[in-house]
Amino acid sequence: MADNAVKRNAPTPWTDGASAPLIHFEGISKRFGDFVAVDHVDLAIYPGEFFSLLGASGCGKTTLLRMLAGFETPTGGRILIDGVDMTGIPPYERPVNMMFQSYALFPHMSVEDNIAFGLKQDGLAKAVIRDKVARSLDLVQMSRFAGRKPHQLSGGQRQRVALARCLAKEPKVVLLDEPLAALDKKLREQTQLELVNIQDRVGITFVMVTHDQGEAMTMSSRIGLMNAGRIEQVGSPVEIYEYPGSRFVADFIGAANMFEGTVKGGGGRLAIACPELAHDLEVAHADPLPAGSAVTVMVRPEKMMISRDKPEAGLNWAEGVVADIAYLGDVSIYHVRLTSGRKVQALQTNLRHTEEQRLTWDDAVHLSWHPANALVLTR
Amino acid sequence: MKAVSGRAGRFLVGLAPYAWLVLFFLIPFLIVFKISLSEARMGIPPYMPLVEWADGAVAQWHISLAGYGALFSDDLYALAYLSSLRLAAIATIGCLLLGYPAAYAIARSPGHVRQPLLMLVALPFWTSFLIRVYAWIGILKNEGLLNMALQALGIIDEPLQILETDWAVSIGMIYSYLPFMILPLYATLEKMDLSLLEAAADLGCKPFKAFLAVTLPLSMPGIIAGSMLVFIPAVGEFVIPDLLGGPDTLMIGKVLWAEFFDNRDWPAASAVAVAMLVVLVVPIMAFQHFETKRAEREG
Repeated sequence: MADNAVKRNAPTPWTDGASAPLIHFEGISKRFGDFVAVDHVDLAIYPGEFFSLLGASGCGKTTLLRMLAGFETPTGGRILIDGVDMTGIPPYERPVNMMFQSYALFPHMSVEDNIAFGLKQDGLAKAVIRDKVARSLDLVQMSRFAGRKPHQLSGGQRQRVALARCLAKEPKVVLLDEPLAALDKKLREQTQLELVNIQDRVGITFVMVTHDQGEAMTMSSRIGLMNAGRIEQVGSPVEIYEYPGSRFVADFIGAANMFEGTVKGGGGRLAIACPELAHDLEVAHADPLPAGSAVTVMVRPEKMMISRDKPEAGLNWAEGVVADIAYLGDVSIYHVRLTSGRKVQALQTNLRHTEEQRLTWDDAVHLSWHPANALVLTR
Repeated sequence: MKAVSGRAGRFLVGLAPYAWLVLFFLIPFLIVFKISLSEARMGIPPYMPLVEWADGAVAQWHISLAGYGALFSDDLYALAYLSSLRLAAIATIGCLLLGYPAAYAIARSPGHVRQPLLMLVALPFWTSFLIRVYAWIGILKNEGLLNMALQALGIIDEPLQILETDWAVSIGMIYSYLPFMILPLYATLEKMDLSLLEAAADLGCKPFKAFLAVTLPLSMPGIIAGSMLVFIPAVGEFVIPDLLGGPDTLMIGKVLWAEFFDNRDWPAASAVAVAMLVVLVVPIMAFQHFETKRAEREG
């Protein structure tokens, strides 16, 4: 089905300057005793976004989500939802619904009653409730299981019921706490796109917490990468991957080869002296930096070409020996030991069946990359 | 070879408690049941043998249902049963009303104080049950601690007659059986997933409503288990009504005692005992039925 495909050219309200954010964190902090879980976070999330808070465990992403839901009280700052200050508003009066990591389905109620629970709290008429429950069940394709108890469902089915329960109240925001963590790999990948499609159909803003970068990249309109209670970078998956703002981000998302160096000069196209390599590196499209600045040059493995032959002029290059090969079928990752002794990764697509051209252990190789495909990091 | 001896071992381990129950519960019960069918007489023992033997053959049967007849002809027994059920029900409800908040508070308290609090619940067991019930006489009697305190505070002018009433029996039973209510309630409340309450709040449910809609139904197994643990022994309770109750306190345990030791009518006393067992078996079976249903429901 064509309309089931993930939208490619979704609007980007965070860039147009005209849209008002739906959720606004203003200098939000949370301390537990001496431990600072969330440290002065400023963040705006716009209507219709699928926003992911990504980070390692303990980075504060879950605490941030729980403050949005009202389960934790910020020790500083405030949260606005649709312009309304949420300070002092209890969870049961907030226009958000959360899907818990454990799903938190009521074990003594049927699927139907679980979904109707939130609607009953609003005092809706019975017929309206029945109608909304039926629609929610239909949305997640669980209509056949309306009468089952949670323990009679599989993990994937429980996950759908939990989602339906969140959506039934048509909240302004749906919060997802590691929604796919309990599913096995295959089901998880399948559910990722399905979740995005459902979000697209209902048009509700989703805020998801995840530690899985693949999940965040696949599903999100934007990602907020968190580290030690702070937001390191906010951006679309492409921005985060291609233009990481710091060494931490470059290292956290995907794999990164990093070369330490010093700026020698140049405007727009920087020349960087790199003691590890015998020659200077060139980086195109870099912000001008004063000579002598210490920088890191970052190159993603798939942007490195690997060959026995000497690369053509105009490319950056390095020499080394193949130390390890990870053959993954579709691609191979070559771990190349440079003359300096450091290992660098290069990724190559296995375009042919045949083995003859393929590199093998201890082959002397040249790595090369275009100046436009490297990035200068100053943090 | 090993598997066989393992199975035999398991069988023996399983057999031991059954052997214990047969020896010390089933056989005495059969003896009591036999006596309940005998004819009363003056002598030692105070009942006729069921069967008279002569020349290796049955000479005469002496089976009498007089003991059971007494249960129906004299309304004392029916009244005692009803009164026992009533007092046991009061004790159960009292324990539930006091025990639920206590169990809830312990289950929701921070981890490091939970164990000390549970210890405090079990602490009374370190003293003799009899002594603790005696102590209540000192508290409840007319010139006891409670009346003195109430008079000193000017709440009452004349001492309240609490001792030797059903009030004292109820207080004594609630006090004695409270730990049996708190412990199973604590066990169910403690293992409850607290994210369920967060989910309820998230879906717009206020805390007290969430308690009624989520916590209470999920703690039902604990409520049932605790109630059974209180109700069943409370029905047959003898020591508490004997020490704290008055002449009007009618409980089947007391009637049983009077029948055995004051009237020396062993067949009638045994019939009362058998009937009490039947009265108690019904709630136990109801409990079992509920438990199996619950087990089925939870898969």
